[in-house]
Amino acid sequence: MKRCPEHIVEQMHNYLDGDISIEEEANLREHLSSCEECREHMNELKETVFLFSQLEPVAPSMNFTANVMAQLPKQKRKWNVGRILRKYPMLTAAAMFLVLMSVTLFSSYGNDQQLSYTKQPNLVVDGNTVIVPAGTVIDGNLVVKNGDLRIEGEVQGDVTVIKGTKYMASTAVITGEVEEIDRAFDWLWYKIKTSVQNIFTSSEE
Amino acid sequence: MDELVNKRINEVLDGQQEAFEEIVMLYQNRVYYVCYRILGSREESEDIAQEAFVRAYTNLHKFDQKRKFSTWIFRIATNLCIDRLRKKKPDYSLDAEVPGTEGLDMYSQLESAEDLPEAELEKMETQERVQYEISRLSETYRPVIVLRYIEELSLKDIAEILDLPLGTVKTRLHRGREALRQQMMGNW
Repeated sequence: MKRCPEHIVEQMHNYLDGDISIEEEANLREHLSSCEECREHMNELKETVFLFSQLEPVAPSMNFTANVMAQLPKQKRKWNVGRILRKYPMLTAAAMFLVLMSVTLFSSYGNDQQLSYTKQPNLVVDGNTVIVPAGTVIDGNLVVKNGDLRIEGEVQGDVTVIKGTKYMASTAVITGEVEEIDRAFDWLWYKIKTSVQNIFTSSEE
Repeated sequence: MDELVNKRINEVLDGQQEAFEEIVMLYQNRVYYVCYRILGSREESEDIAQEAFVRAYTNLHKFDQKRKFSTWIFRIATNLCIDRLRKKKPDYSLDAEVPGTEGLDMYSQLESAEDLPEAELEKMETQERVQYEISRLSETYRPVIVLRYIEELSLKDIAEILDLPLGTVKTRLHRGREALRQQMMGNW
């Protein structure tokens, strides 16, 4: 029995892998047509490959993904600032606004030491004290800053004393709210409140 | 698909662990199925395939996004499968390469599953029989054969997955297929 050249089997495999030149394929075909043994060999290889194509896929369990996720190492929660900024742009803007604003407000709280007050007719100033004389009526809000306020008459509105003390005589009448501010935080709160009020008032107009 | 996968990968790298879930869902069937055909056991394949994804997660920063994710995950999974096959072997000192066999060691000379009597083989369904014949292939040929005929990958992709020269993949594929032919045709 003649032994077929080794490269014929090699060519069979190359053929199955689609890795064969036209000349080699022609050569292989020619050999197979004349050699029964090799033809049989080739058919067996094809059958083997065919059996693989008959295999049916096997699927993983339903919990596969969940099980993988459960096995992942716990995340180290880095406070990735960049990501937070990108994720919550509105929050970031609001925070920036508050920081900048409080810096401005605190600086104005510390620097300004001079007595100032709402310019209302009938007010009397005695040194560092603003007086609402008995029998007079102040129509509107009254703010006194860096000084004391003595009320003997009537204020038809809110009274605010910043960095000072408020004295009220028995005859005093205040129709609105009374507020004394002598700490930085109160000051900040007061500023925010009044700016918000201003915004609403101006938008109503 | 690669674009979507890379998007999810970047989200994971950005700290969003939950984005990994979609990656697992996209590849779990293929990865599991390849492991199953190499290992032949559902339970083991479930373990190994899950471990492959966990390793992919912890090494995700090393993945080159210009390449295919499937190639990378198959590489991790087949390496784990090969390790598992080696561990199951008896502890003989057979690691030495056999001279002149280009990277094949003594393991490849052994058949890994016990031979069944002919009568048993004849009772088997096609599915069972083919799996049995795969399991008799040495671990040298098995991953190449499975990637070629289960995943239907090109020789080039297989070479990349197994980190082997193209020529070696060809040789192993030829020998593996030849071994299967002899196994199957002998007792079919």
